[in-house]
Amino acid sequence: MTDLLDVERIRKDFPILTRRLADDHPLVYLDSANTSQKPQQVLDVLDTHYRLHNANVARAVHQLGVESTEAFEAARDTVASFIGAPSRDEVIFTKNSSEALNLVANTLAWATGPLAVGAGDEVVITEMEHHSNIVPWQLLTERKGATLRWFGLTDEGRLDLTDIDSLVNERTKVVSLVWVSNMLGTVNPVADIVRRAHEVGAIVVVDASQAVPQLPVDVAALGADVVAFTGHKMVGPTGIGVLWGRRELLEQLPPFLGGGEMIETVAMARSTYAEIPHKFEAGTPPIAQAIGLGAAVDYLQSVGMEAIAAHEHEITAYALDRLTEVGGITVLGPTEAVDRGGAISFELDGVHPHDVSQVLDSRGVAVRAGHHCAKPAHARFGVQSSTRASFYLYTTPPEVDALIDGLHYVKKYFRVG
Amino acid sequence: MDLNALYQEIILDHYKNPLHAGLREPYGAEVRHVNPTCGDEVTLRVQLAESADGPVVHDVSYDAVGCSISQASASVMADLLIGKPVAEAMSVHEDFLALMQGKGQVVPDEERLEDGVAFAGVAKFPARVKCALLAWMAWKDATAQVTTPLTEEEVR
Repeated sequence: MTDLLDVERIRKDFPILTRRLADDHPLVYLDSANTSQKPQQVLDVLDTHYRLHNANVARAVHQLGVESTEAFEAARDTVASFIGAPSRDEVIFTKNSSEALNLVANTLAWATGPLAVGAGDEVVITEMEHHSNIVPWQLLTERKGATLRWFGLTDEGRLDLTDIDSLVNERTKVVSLVWVSNMLGTVNPVADIVRRAHEVGAIVVVDASQAVPQLPVDVAALGADVVAFTGHKMVGPTGIGVLWGRRELLEQLPPFLGGGEMIETVAMARSTYAEIPHKFEAGTPPIAQAIGLGAAVDYLQSVGMEAIAAHEHEITAYALDRLTEVGGITVLGPTEAVDRGGAISFELDGVHPHDVSQVLDSRGVAVRAGHHCAKPAHARFGVQSSTRASFYLYTTPPEVDALIDGLHYVKKYFRVG
Repeated sequence: MDLNALYQEIILDHYKNPLHAGLREPYGAEVRHVNPTCGDEVTLRVQLAESADGPVVHDVSYDAVGCSISQASASVMADLLIGKPVAEAMSVHEDFLALMQGKGQVVPDEERLEDGVAFAGVAKFPARVKCALLAWMAWKDATAQVTTPLTEEEVR
């Protein structure tokens, strides 16, 4: 590998990567698409916040309140700049991607006027979505009497766009799709879909949960109307997600949760609401988590997203290549590292993914087994579950080698092949 | 980590050559249970027969998709329960449940659980306990449906 990253230096920033597991096996963490590990720089920011600056935000006049509020809003600036948001006010903090997607689907259900979704309207998703980008749209269309439609997949695990012009039509109100699949690894041609959706006046929602951690992102250039992602997959804490939306859209949508901080004024008869972003941030927000996300963004930027993307590409290509040596492996999704993210789901003939994962775990290799919250995509390929290895900026070729050795051992253990 | 404690030879044998597999007629009740976290599925049928000593488990048939633990568990369970009076089968069910939930501290009774004792090691792997229990929970559910008279609402 010709690597742009100094991975050995990066690994020193992640304390957990020195963990020894049962039988003194070093941790080989290949589950970053599930959640990433956290660098010391993020842990320090969380610790410092709680030790020195902890106070509620936007309510307290005292010095700690001012410090906490400044740090929280500075994190918003950091995230806005990181994703190329035209305005910091377009960055809404949520608890995760699921909440961000549900916020959009629910407020669309409550919207009146041009955004309202009703009988005869259509919402289009894809067959490779995570459950969190399927269920909210099922709920919306069921509640409003609208119709849910979806793009199918090719055998290679790419979107089948052959019928895009009939699928996305003048009845389409929303197109919601994943940018980088958490299961197949596919990187979708978002710009092509945005172009067609905007021709017919539909809103485009992008689930960027796997994209923002591993690709340079510019939401303005992407052209979508809404982008959702989550902090814990990008070296940040759990409990913090981001919804970016175009200002005009966010201003037209009704509030989501009601409560403190989202109001302008409250009387017993009725209330008026704050401007964005606070309109969508009812209650005490995840303060430390947002500040931690800001630190995570600083960390990723110090490494460089171009370099991270290049590393992800190299390590994925290396893993795809080495997996072909094992025998009996079927990769679900693109088998070449072209328009492909760093998650590889596969079947091993004769051994169930749970058993694969259990035996790998006994050697310190952590992968995910199951449906990865993408049951329809598994059904599309005629399987019920798969084993998934996923990589990040700290993943090394010897860790991929440990996976391959582990898979040979799995085959021996279960006497297959 | 003692993998062999989890994957006992008996378990791997049942996984490779499951007993009583496939769905058969006649049956008194059919249920479908899934493990939502991993997607393992079992469709299971129970047929009871009357005897002088009360109802007896006449047949347990199943169609299961899942890992070695869940598949082997269905096989062991069907072999263990078929032919037993329902009351005794329920008591064996309780023993197996106690073993699985015992965090490795429960000593199984081989007289009663037979090949089921091979699952003692599973109790030390909390993530796999649900795999071992999938078919057992389905059996209990199906049996309850046969033995409990339908409510008026269900009849309608």
